[in-house]
Amino acid sequence: MNLSFSILSWVTFIPVLGVLVLLFLPKDRRNLLRWVAVLTSMAAFGLSLVMLAQFDQTNASLQMVERLPWFQLAGMQIEYFLGVDGLSILLVLLTTFLTPISIISTWSAVEERVKEFLIFFLLLEVGMVGVFLSQDIFLFYIFWEFTLVPMYFLIGIWGGPRRVYAAIKFFLYTMAGSILMLLAILWLGITFESFSVPDLIAQGGIPGSVQTWLFLAFAAAFAIKVPMWPLHSWLPDAHVQAPTAGSVILAGVLLKMGTYGFLRFNIPLFPEASIRFAPWMALLAVIGIIYGAAVSYAQKDVKKLVAYSSVSHLGFVVLGLFALNPLGIQGGILQMVNHGLSTGALFLIVGMLYERRHTREMDDFGGLWKVMPIYGALTLIVTLSSMGLPGLNGFVGEFSILLGAFGSEAIGSPIFAGVAAVGVIMAAIYMLSMFQKLFLGPLDKEENKVVKDINLREILTLVPLVILIFWIGLYPKPFFNLIGPSVDKLVAVLQAASVAVH
Amino acid sequence: MVLLEVVQGGGLFAYAPLIIALPILGLITNIIFGRRLGERFAGIVASGVVALAFVIAILQFLALQAHPEGVTIPIAEWISVGSLSVSWAIKVDTLSTTMMLMVTGVSTLIHIYAIGYMHEDVRFQGDPGRYTRFFIFFNLFVAAMMVLVSADNYLMMFVGWEGVGLCSYLLIGFWYEKGEDGIGNAVAGKKAFITNRIGDFGFLIAMFLIFGAVGSLGFEEVFDWAHAFGEENVLIISVITLFMLLGVAGKSAQLPLFVWLPDAMAGPTPVSALIHAATMVTAGVYLIVRSNPLFSVTASTSNIVAIVGTATAFFAATIAVGQFDIKKVLAYSTISQLGFMVAAAGLGAYVAAIFHLINHAFFKALLFLASGSVIQGIEAGHHHAEHEGADIEEPFDPQDMRNMGGLRSRMKVTFWVYLIGALALSGFPPLAGFFSKDEILVDARLENPALFFLLLAAAFLTTFYMGRQVFLVFFGKARSEPAAHAKENPPVMWVPLVILGVLSVVSGALNLPKIHTLTDWLGTTIEHVHITEFSFSVAGLAVVFSIVAVVLAWMIYGRKPIEKGEADPLRKILGPIFVGMENKWWVDELYDFLFIRPYVAICWFLADVVDWRILHDWFHDSVLASAYRNGSQWLAQVFDLGIIDGIGNGLGNITKGASQRLRFVETGYVRNYALAILVGGLLTLTYFIFG
Repeated sequence: MNLSFSILSWVTFIPVLGVLVLLFLPKDRRNLLRWVAVLTSMAAFGLSLVMLAQFDQTNASLQMVERLPWFQLAGMQIEYFLGVDGLSILLVLLTTFLTPISIISTWSAVEERVKEFLIFFLLLEVGMVGVFLSQDIFLFYIFWEFTLVPMYFLIGIWGGPRRVYAAIKFFLYTMAGSILMLLAILWLGITFESFSVPDLIAQGGIPGSVQTWLFLAFAAAFAIKVPMWPLHSWLPDAHVQAPTAGSVILAGVLLKMGTYGFLRFNIPLFPEASIRFAPWMALLAVIGIIYGAAVSYAQKDVKKLVAYSSVSHLGFVVLGLFALNPLGIQGGILQMVNHGLSTGALFLIVGMLYERRHTREMDDFGGLWKVMPIYGALTLIVTLSSMGLPGLNGFVGEFSILLGAFGSEAIGSPIFAGVAAVGVIMAAIYMLSMFQKLFLGPLDKEENKVVKDINLREILTLVPLVILIFWIGLYPKPFFNLIGPSVDKLVAVLQAASVAVH
Repeated sequence: MVLLEVVQGGGLFAYAPLIIALPILGLITNIIFGRRLGERFAGIVASGVVALAFVIAILQFLALQAHPEGVTIPIAEWISVGSLSVSWAIKVDTLSTTMMLMVTGVSTLIHIYAIGYMHEDVRFQGDPGRYTRFFIFFNLFVAAMMVLVSADNYLMMFVGWEGVGLCSYLLIGFWYEKGEDGIGNAVAGKKAFITNRIGDFGFLIAMFLIFGAVGSLGFEEVFDWAHAFGEENVLIISVITLFMLLGVAGKSAQLPLFVWLPDAMAGPTPVSALIHAATMVTAGVYLIVRSNPLFSVTASTSNIVAIVGTATAFFAATIAVGQFDIKKVLAYSTISQLGFMVAAAGLGAYVAAIFHLINHAFFKALLFLASGSVIQGIEAGHHHAEHEGADIEEPFDPQDMRNMGGLRSRMKVTFWVYLIGALALSGFPPLAGFFSKDEILVDARLENPALFFLLLAAAFLTTFYMGRQVFLVFFGKARSEPAAHAKENPPVMWVPLVILGVLSVVSGALNLPKIHTLTDWLGTTIEHVHITEFSFSVAGLAVVFSIVAVVLAWMIYGRKPIEKGEADPLRKILGPIFVGMENKWWVDELYDFLFIRPYVAICWFLADVVDWRILHDWFHDSVLASAYRNGSQWLAQVFDLGIIDGIGNGLGNITKGASQRLRFVETGYVRNYALAILVGGLLTLTYFIFG
C-alpha cells in the first residue's frame, strides 16, 4: 500500500483492511470477528479525527485533496478525486462515529452469519465515506451505487420476516432514481469534458433551461433517498425489516446521502434551477414535515413510528437547504447530524426493546420506566432531542432552519416556515405519545415485569450519542465553525446565479 | 466597610451565573449520590442549593442598589450562524432580580416543605425509591426557571420557557402509573406539554418576525429598535405581540389554552404550589412585562391582552365556584388570578402585574401547600381509621371537599394559615392581595370600564369560592371517618407554611400607596411605569363586594354546614348554571370534539388509507411492481439468462444463501429485478458513450 495516500483515502478504505482480516478468520469465532470489526471501525473513526485535526476551518475550499487520473471512459477522464470541505466533514465524522456504535449494538442481536454481516457492514462504511468525499461525479456515482449492495444484503439476510420484499423495494426505488442521475452525470461529462465537481462549478455556464432538466434528474435520485414526500414508500418497509444496526445506519447516514446530494450537486451545479425550484422543494418539504408527523402518530409499531418521523425530520433539512441562505443551509447541515444522532439513538433504543421482548407493538408495553429506569431516562433524553427541546441538539438545527426559511428570498413566503413550525407541535404529540405508551402507565403485563434494564454495553452505545445531543444543544459553535465558510462560498455561487435569474 | 465597597463596586454581579449553576449542581449531585445516600441527603442537597441560589439573588439585589441600571453578564456564545448571533448571557436588572428573588425564595420554602411531604407521599404511593427523582426534577425546574427569567435575549428565554414546561410534564406525571385507568397522570402531563407547545408555536413565530424586523433577538437591540422605529412599525409589532400572546396563553393558562392547568393538579402538591401556581405559570406575565417596549407601542394588541386576561379571570372564577376537589378550586383560582395579571399587563399596568404576581406567589403557594397539608392529614386519618376498622366508603377521595369538614380543630396551624391565604387572595385589607388587586382595578377603571366591572365580578366570585372552600373544609362536622381522624403534619411542613403566611400578610407593603417602593424599583427597568393612585372608591367597592361574598358564602355553607351525602346547596339555587360550572362549561369536551378527535382521525386516515393502502399497497405493490414485473420479464427474455446466472454466481459464497432465500420467497424474478435495472443502466450508458 502506498503510504503517500492522503488521509482521506485512509479514512475511506481502512475498513477494507478489516474486511481482509475478517475473510481469513474462522467464522465461528464470533467475538473475535466482532472485535476486529469494532476495532477497524474505531480506527476509521480515529483517522477521521486526524482528518478533523488537519482541517482548516477558515478555508472554504476542498482540503486534503487527493486527485489522480483513474481511467478513461469514451475519451473522458474519470478521476480518483477525494476532498473534504465544510459541507461534508460533519457527515464523514457522523458516519465513522455511528459505524462502531452500530457494530457494538449487534453484539448479541446478530448471532447468525456474523462474519458476513460484519463484512457487509464494513463495506457499507467504505461506500458511505466514499460518497461524502468524492469530488468526481462519476466516482461519486460508483460509491453511491455501491452502498446499495451491502445494505441490500443486510436487510435481505438479517432482516425481519418480510426482509426480502423490503430489500428489493429498497434496491429498486434507489436504483430507479439513480438512473436518471446517471444520465445527467453523463450529459455533464460529455458536454463539459470533466466529471470534477469543483471544475464544473467554476466553469458554470449551464443554460437555465438545461439546468432545469439536470436539476430534476439529480433530484430524482436524491429525493427518493431522502426520502421526500411522496417518494417515501420504501422507507417504512426497509426500516421495519432491517436489523437494528442496519436501521441505525440507514436513518443515520444513508438518508443523509440524499440531502447531501442536493447540497453538493444540485445547489452549486444548477444554482438557477435551484432558485427557481426552491418554493417547490419547500412545498414538498413542508408537506413531508406535516404528513410524516401525522402518519407517525398513527403507528402501532414503534419502529415504524420512528421510520416515519424521519420523513418529517428530513423535511426540515430539505426546507433549510432550499432556503438557500446561510442560516437555512447551515441549520440544514447541522440538522442532518442531529437527525443521525437522535434517530440513530432511537433505533438503537427500539432494538434493545425488541431484543428483550421480540415485539415492537406499542400496545404490548407500558410502565417500563419502573423496571428499566436507566433505559427510560436515556430514551427520554433522546425523545426530547428528537422533538426539538431547546437546550438539546435538535432545537438548534430546527430553529436555524425555520429562521432561515422564514426570511428566505428563494422560498419567497414565510408561510412555509410557519406551517413547518406546526410540525414542531406535532412532533411533541407523536414523540410523547410514544414515550407514554412504552414507559408510562401501569406495568400491567407479566412479560414486562421481568424485563432487565440495559447492560453496560448498551449504555455505552447510547452515552456517546447523548453526550453529543447535549453538546450540540448547548454549545454548537465548534460545529457551525466547521460548516460556515463553505456554506458562505456556496451562497456566493447562488447570489451570482440569482442575478441571472432576475 | 469592605462589604459596602463590594456592593457598590458591582462586583457581586459576577456571581449571577451561579443562580443557574447551583440548582444544576444540586441535581447532578443527586443523580450521582442521591439514591445511595438516602432521603435526608437528597432533600437537604436539593433545598440547600436552592437556598444558596436565593442568597445569590439577594446579592444581586444588593448590587442593584448601587447600580440600578443592571448589567449583562455574557457566559458563552451559543448559536452564531449567518446573521443570527445569540449568546448565553445573564441579564441582571431590577425586573429579572425581582423574579429571581421571588422564585428562589418561594422555591426554597417549597423544597423544605417537600422534604416532609414527599417522605409521606412516596410511602403512600408505594415507591419510596422515587424520592430522589422528585428532587432532581425539582432542581431542574429551578434551573430552567432561572434561565427563563435571567435571559438577555428571547431565544435563551425560550430555552427556559420550554425547560420549565418539560419539568412540568415530568412532575405532573411523577406518579405516571397512577390516575384514571392508571394512565391519567401521564396523560395530564402530556396534555400540559402539548398545549404549551401550541403556545410555544406562537413564541417561535414571534421570534421569527422579530428577527426579520430587527435582525436580532437580544432584548436590548429589540427594544432599542422599538423605541426608534416602533411608530412606523406598529403593524408588524402588533402581529409579533399577538403571536407572543399565544405563547402567554399557553404558559400562563389563559383562554383558550388554559385547559391543561386544572389537569396538572395530578402532580404532587408541592409541584402544584411551586410550578402551577407561584412560578412557572407566571412566565407569560413576565414575558409581556419584559417586552413592554413592544406591547406599549401597539394599543390594539394590548387591548386584546387585557380582554383575554379579564375574560379568563372571570370565566375561571365561575368554574372554581362549582368544583369539589380542593386542589381544582385552587387551580381555577390560579387561572383566574393569572387573568388579573395578564389583564393588568394589557392595561399597561406592568408594575401592578408584577406586584400581583409576587403577592399571588406567596398566598397561592401557601394555599396549595396548606391544601397538601389537609390532604395528607386526611390520608393519615384514613390510615388511622382503617387501622381502627372504621367503615370507609371506597374508593375514598382525600381531595374531595365533600369528605372533609371540621378540620379547624384537628389541624390548627393549617387552618390558620389557610385562612390567611384565603383572605389575602380575596383581597381583604391589609393583606397582600388587597393592594395589588386594587391597583389593577384602579387601572382598569381608568382604561376600560367594561373590563373593570368584569374584574370586579371575578373578584367577588374569588371571595365567594374561597369562603365556600374554607367553610366546607374547616367548619361544620367531619363528613367522613378519615376527616374525623385527620391530624396535623410535622413542623418541616408547617414551618414553611407559617413563613408564607407571614409573607402573605405583609407583602402588600412592597408597593404601598404614596410610597411606591416597587414602582420606583422596577421603574429603572420597565419604561412605561405609571404610579397608580390609591382610590378609596374602588377599594371601598372591592371591599364591600368581598364582604358581601363572604356573608353569602357563610349563609350558604357556614350557617348550616352541609351534611354527609347532602348536595351542594348552590346546586338548588343556581340550577343549570351550577351544572355548567361543575362541568367546567364542557370546554374539554368541546376541544375533544373540535380538535382532538379530528386530529386523531386525520392521522389515522393518512397513515392507514392514504399512506398504507393507497400509496404503499396499491401504488407500489400493484401499479409499480406489476409494471416492473412485465418490463423485467421482457428484459430477462431478451438477455440471456445465462449471463445473469453467471453474474449471480460470481458474487460468491457470501451471496449464495441469500440468493437461495430470495429464490424461494418472491416471484422467482428477484435477482432479475435488480439486475434488469443494472442492465438497463448499462444499456443507457452504452448508448451514450458509443451512440
